[in-house]
Amino acid sequence: MKKILKNQAVQSLLASLLCVLAGLLIGYIVLLFINPAGAWEAIVTVVKNFFYYPSKAAVVKYFGNTLVKTAPLLMCGLSVLFAYKVGLFNIGAAGQYVVGVAASLYLALALHMPWYVCLIAAMLAGALLGAISGLLKSYCNVNEVISCIMLNWISLYGTNLLLNNVKETASPYTFNLVNVNASALIPSMGLSKLFAGNRYVTIAIPIAVIVAILVWVILEKTKFGYELRATGNNKNAAKYCGMNEKRNIILTMMISGALAGLGAALLYLTGFEQWQCSQSSVPGMGFNGIAAAFLGGLNPIGTIFSSYFIQHITNGGAYVDKSMYCAQISDLISSIIIYLCGFVAFFKYFMNSAIDRREAKKAEKLARAETEEGGQK
Amino acid sequence: MENPYAIEMLHITKKFPGIIANDDITLQLKKGEIHALLGENGAGKSTLMSVLFGLYQAEEGVIKKDGREVQIKNPNDANDLGIGMVHQHFKLVECFTVLDNIILGVEPNKHGFLQKQEAREKVLALSERYGLHVDPDALIEDITVGMQQRTEILKMLYRDNEILIFDEPTAVLTPQEIDELMQIMKNLSAEGKSILFISHKLNEIMEVSDRVTVLRKGKYIGTVETAKTSKEELSRMMVGRDVEFVVAKDEAKPGDVVLDVEGITVASKVHSNNAVKDVSFQVHAGEILCIAGIDGNGQTELVYGITGLEPLKAGKLTLCGQDITKAPIRRRSVMGMSHIPEDRHKHGLVLDYSLEYNMVLQRYFEPEFTNKAGFLKRPQIRKYAEKLIDQYDVRSGQGPITVARSMSGGNQQKAIVARELDKDPKLLVAVQPTRGLDVGAIEYIHKQLVAQRDAGGAVLLVSLELDEVMSLSDRILVMYEGEIVGELDPKTTTVEELGLYMAGAKRKEAAQ
Repeated sequence: MKKILKNQAVQSLLASLLCVLAGLLIGYIVLLFINPAGAWEAIVTVVKNFFYYPSKAAVVKYFGNTLVKTAPLLMCGLSVLFAYKVGLFNIGAAGQYVVGVAASLYLALALHMPWYVCLIAAMLAGALLGAISGLLKSYCNVNEVISCIMLNWISLYGTNLLLNNVKETASPYTFNLVNVNASALIPSMGLSKLFAGNRYVTIAIPIAVIVAILVWVILEKTKFGYELRATGNNKNAAKYCGMNEKRNIILTMMISGALAGLGAALLYLTGFEQWQCSQSSVPGMGFNGIAAAFLGGLNPIGTIFSSYFIQHITNGGAYVDKSMYCAQISDLISSIIIYLCGFVAFFKYFMNSAIDRREAKKAEKLARAETEEGGQK
Repeated sequence: MENPYAIEMLHITKKFPGIIANDDITLQLKKGEIHALLGENGAGKSTLMSVLFGLYQAEEGVIKKDGREVQIKNPNDANDLGIGMVHQHFKLVECFTVLDNIILGVEPNKHGFLQKQEAREKVLALSERYGLHVDPDALIEDITVGMQQRTEILKMLYRDNEILIFDEPTAVLTPQEIDELMQIMKNLSAEGKSILFISHKLNEIMEVSDRVTVLRKGKYIGTVETAKTSKEELSRMMVGRDVEFVVAKDEAKPGDVVLDVEGITVASKVHSNNAVKDVSFQVHAGEILCIAGIDGNGQTELVYGITGLEPLKAGKLTLCGQDITKAPIRRRSVMGMSHIPEDRHKHGLVLDYSLEYNMVLQRYFEPEFTNKAGFLKRPQIRKYAEKLIDQYDVRSGQGPITVARSMSGGNQQKAIVARELDKDPKLLVAVQPTRGLDVGAIEYIHKQLVAQRDAGGAVLLVSLELDEVMSLSDRILVMYEGEIVGELDPKTTTVEELGLYMAGAKRKEAAQ
């Protein structure tokens, strides 16, 4: 039993589950404070998400919707994770995501490019933005967190400016892809049929999962990943054995950026959402990626599940009874849970020290018993 | 009769697992005297001071202040007793002014508002009285190391400390600053302050101290009056005569020049002076050349310069006839340079990697371990790691998959030695390869170094351990304050002579 508890993977999983439970509990307490009458029902609603619908077809269809938004979240999670493995904190996933939106939508709506070109453009745009932070970090020693946050805002307003060219006259939203350039829609290849005809369910979802597996393979199995993780674990040792730290930092930020940019394209090229050109805050997707990465135990495969979970409760929040709670309650509940997700490391530490304490106590007892025994002899 | 001692540490014993750091040590500091504490690295000086400061509790022995027994449980107790210390690495806030640093922790205030004027007057009065010239409004990051040190001294005086401890205060100073410091210390003692001066530089001790207490390997050797002793005697007390430990080895058969170092200069990270100043030497195949010296005299930076971890400010490096002055680390490594680093945790290992991954840290990119598509060949890595583990007797809990962090220091070091020697290097740079290891592991690593030499490799050994220097090396270069101050032959020299060079008491031009 103790051996199992000491296992890293088991620990990560347990800690993640603990975080989820704690998040739900605190969310519930908050609901109790606002309006005790509907609190239980509301928290159940959040967890149930699409199971809220009575008909099976609707359940499947809305399950599809959750999956559609999981794909970009997974990519942002991978983006954060990838950088983190190399010792960088890519808080710029949000901005890289935004330029991904800009590149993919502009190419799709203004230049009428096919979907795969738009996907690649989104990745390049994200990579470019990541490269700026990487270059600043490795050559000017500018903290990547600072440069990333700055770039988040620059990219937001830049994107608004650019996409203003392809927006509806009457609303702040960009054109509907279906009407303007259907070739830019990511093909469904029959997947939508599995989800009761939900046309937003496309190969974007399997692409995201494949990329997650790819990230895992690169990090764990290749020479490149070996170098990156060595740099992340011990920068000095990496330098000592002749790895090119500077190049690795820049490459890492580029790959991270590309992942986040791809995430944006995987959502916006399904036609599920349109960009609102009057937006004045950076979309939360990139930031939620941080939570997804940590909740997933900083493991690409774990991140697949954690990003689904986060998206699940985010969507579920939308079904909370609006007559009892204000409209923002869904965001509040999901953000409390997401916030708690960041505590994985803390819970892990907590668990470890509890185990250690118990072991130390046992050892002490044993030692005491032994000396007493010796004394008697 | 009044007690003449300000502080007495009587029969102090402090043990750590596996080692007795202080074994029945007695140190008595008279009021108003400058008392030097002399000893090699690892002699127990720091431990003794930590006990005095309440950082460690001694198992045995008592501490007395003015004849009364006192309990020092933590640094606050030490402060309350009027004990202050200038640490070797200053504890100053870089972006604060001198004044702010001095009052930090004891800020004079009225209802929570700072009363700096009062403090300023006190600081100015103190600096006047003891001849400590500082500008109270200058930022720490803008002033010289000497001035930073004076700030530290003022910090102690501001707190009305009566017992002042200087931990290797001259290590970072220029010769002029050292002269000034000596004068300041004399002024302080003339004003009635008692000073404990920790050093292993004999010249300084001879110049400034009244009495000297010598420690060696955790033991108390004796206390002598400076006026009645000589540098030679102190050196003998510090090093001891009966410690020579000889490694069995044949006569060296030096071959061609493998590494040619020509006039290299390396900047220091700690202070604004150069850490290595215009150093030249050659290492031949089939010899062990040892750089001896007391810690902090530029050996670390010299190695960084040679291995490429730090750029050279000037000079030229040639490895096997090829210019490597500007070559990246990887190229030097591939050309046949191996490096056993000084700090195995900082540089030598990726602690969270498995042992097998650490074993290929210098070779993972070779076709033997990585295929053309860039994938690691795990089975080959495993096999290679198992071979090294077996050959070099590296012990660990789970063999190749053991996380390096969980291994003992000795086995971590063996893993590094295995990795670096198995590259079959033309030049091996080994820095303190036996630091912190037990006798068995030390002997093993010494044998490996000799074997490397006998196989025709060039070995550049940097060591702080005199025994190691004397028993392993074929030639000794002594480094002092960033320069080579002498070349000695271990067969004809004595430990005393070596000690004199290391302490900067003697120097001659290195034979080129």
